Amino acid sequence: MRRNYWRWLIPILVLAGLAGWVVWPDNPGIRLGSIDRDIEIVRGLDLQGGLQVLLEADLPAETAITTDQIQTARDIIENRVNALGVVEPLVQVAGTRRIVVELPGVKDPEEAVATIKETGLLEFIDMSTVDAAQAYALVGSSVETDFGQAAAPAATPTSEVGSPTSTPAAAAPLVFHTVMTGTGLKDAAAKLSTTTNEFEVAFVLTDEGKQTFGDFTSTHVGQILGIALDKVLISAPRISTAITEGQGVITGSFDSDSANRLAVQLRYGSLPIPLKVVESSTVGPTLGEDSLRKSAVAGVIGLAVVMLFMAIYYRLPGVLADVALLVYAMTTLALFKLIPVTLTLPGVAGFILSIGVAVDANILIFERTKEELRAGRTVYQAIDTGFSRAWPSIRDSNLSTLITCAILFWFGSTFGASIVKGFSLTLALGVMVSLFTAITVTRTFLHVVLDRVRAAESPRLFGV
Amino acid sequence: MINIVNKRYWFFGLSLLVIIPGLLALLVWGLPVGIDFSGGSMLELRFTVGAVPPNASVDSLYAEFGVADPVVQSVGTDGLLIRSKTMDDATKGAIVAAMVERFGVQVEVQRFESVGPAIGAEVAQRAALAVGLAALGILIYISYAFRKVDHAVRYGLAAIIAMLHDVAVVVGMEAILGHFLGWEADSLFLTALLTVIGFSVHDTIVVFDRIRENRRLFRRLDYETLVNHSIVQTLDRSINTQLTVMFTLIALLLFGGVTTQHFVTVLLIGVFSGTYSSIFNAAQILVVWENREWRNWFRRSRPSPA
Repeated sequence: MRRNYWRWLIPILVLAGLAGWVVWPDNPGIRLGSIDRDIEIVRGLDLQGGLQVLLEADLPAETAITTDQIQTARDIIENRVNALGVVEPLVQVAGTRRIVVELPGVKDPEEAVATIKETGLLEFIDMSTVDAAQAYALVGSSVETDFGQAAAPAATPTSEVGSPTSTPAAAAPLVFHTVMTGTGLKDAAAKLSTTTNEFEVAFVLTDEGKQTFGDFTSTHVGQILGIALDKVLISAPRISTAITEGQGVITGSFDSDSANRLAVQLRYGSLPIPLKVVESSTVGPTLGEDSLRKSAVAGVIGLAVVMLFMAIYYRLPGVLADVALLVYAMTTLALFKLIPVTLTLPGVAGFILSIGVAVDANILIFERTKEELRAGRTVYQAIDTGFSRAWPSIRDSNLSTLITCAILFWFGSTFGASIVKGFSLTLALGVMVSLFTAITVTRTFLHVVLDRVRAAESPRLFGV
Repeated sequence: MINIVNKRYWFFGLSLLVIIPGLLALLVWGLPVGIDFSGGSMLELRFTVGAVPPNASVDSLYAEFGVADPVVQSVGTDGLLIRSKTMDDATKGAIVAAMVERFGVQVEVQRFESVGPAIGAEVAQRAALAVGLAALGILIYISYAFRKVDHAVRYGLAAIIAMLHDVAVVVGMEAILGHFLGWEADSLFLTALLTVIGFSVHDTIVVFDRIRENRRLFRRLDYETLVNHSIVQTLDRSINTQLTVMFTLIALLLFGGVTTQHFVTVLLIGVFSGTYSSIFNAAQILVVWENREWRNWFRRSRPSPA
């Protein structure tokens, strides 16, 4: 029975060691074969400064919006945001009609909002300057075109910065000629070809587009005509015949989804649904820095006071609970880094608060143990009974906290209120980790000490 | 052994002494609601170079940009917090630029928040729903966890009443503090409130769990004595847990910076109220219910405080 607890000691020590390594500030990150990632705390906008914008479909509430539409809109906005050169931007669909955009550390929030809101630019570009393989390789990455800057020299390639799919080829100073913009396009639709039984995208041009397109395709048969949206190449079809009749099809290895997506992008030039800004918030960088530093200080002081209290009031088990509390703090912080949980100011508060809660389970157990000791049981019996009797209230009370966390999380998710979400997530994580550390870790430590040190079996060490 | 249960009406009275003024404040002054719920814009500025412009100049500047009646508050010696109707980022940029030009200052935008009125209303609605759902979830869970005890639903409802007590204390105090300190109930306040709900129930359950256990051990003991025993047995734990949570909250309050001050204060009030209600109210409600004491409430002779 007693020996069982020894088996836990090694895993706990390993866990504590790993957690300590992850939490270590100068952590070199994980570099194992294909895994290559840094381990750092992801700070929320309120802690590092930046811009958060909540966009909503500017359509009557009755109008149904498909997930495909909102997803496409999200993708397009992400492209635009990438062009801003912000490090680690976040673009997320929230609910069915909203999109959250988070831009950490952005210097000019007005410009950023304007960029997000602008109507996208659809361009058909002449890619005869590169060979087909090169053109295909560029799909999904940024390209430069001469549209609107005919006289200007090759400007700084802002559109290349920050694009996650950027390939080395994209970095080459290639400027493609814009044959036609989205204004020349009247309609586009995905359909199933009757002859090949494959999906394709059919398009219809305006009268003006018909002229431009006809002229260009007649002289460039066999070459690639790129389609770029907001300077990102989304498709690179080959001109198989001259298109002079004002309508044509794009074929390729489409499935119904990808054909639809391309059709939507062609049709709306930009966003499949109109969007408006319904919420916007900016936090300056100094305010965030300051808050983070102060919270960290508060956390350390809070932890120290709680540990002191436990050691004085509960003596031996209190000291062991303090060690378990350190394991708790390290494990939770390590999880924040690994998952990663975006740490917001309320999130930090939630974590600090959870330190107080983490010892609650220990307090419940030790009070119970003291009662059993007063009732005349031996230390071993008292500890075992203390743990088993305290368990139902620990379980029920923590589950009720988790229920509240779940509801808070849901509340935060539907509004992109990452502040509320962050708080509930850190608190819930804290509660779960604390269940493990307060019970298993403390219990193991207690048994290990009692097994080794005869003198530890004195009830006086338990504050009785 | 201390008898906490037989003085129950005194403790209920003490609770009312805190709750009634709060609710009166709520009725008279209302709850100042933050822009996340009401819609509007909030701009916090720090003047790095030059003097803070007087409120009147800020007022007229806002008016020029078509944003009427801003509420201007100073933050420390070099900052301003300006609340106004909803304006977009472009307008904000123009206003800040105009300030720099006209007042000859350098400005740093500390914070800017803007919420459309429609979304604010929706958030408020959703918030009410969140509180309701939390209560329901907890009621269901307690009824399930106490299913082997007689009248399991009673425990759930008593916990909910104790929880509503804490909600009333927190909302009432917020109304009073909001009136005097200019605090606004925002989504952070809501987060604090929901956390208080979680903790309140957390504390109550510990006491109820002891009643559940004692009920099995001492079958002959009358209910009132049994409840008192259970409360006294869990008293050390209730107070110590409360203390540890208070320690961390007070550390946050003293050293954690201005941004979370409101949030932490609400939590402090709520956690204190939660512990109070779990020691002095929740289990007492069970006794009142068991004895059906309401039959005596309106008779001439008060129930004898045995």
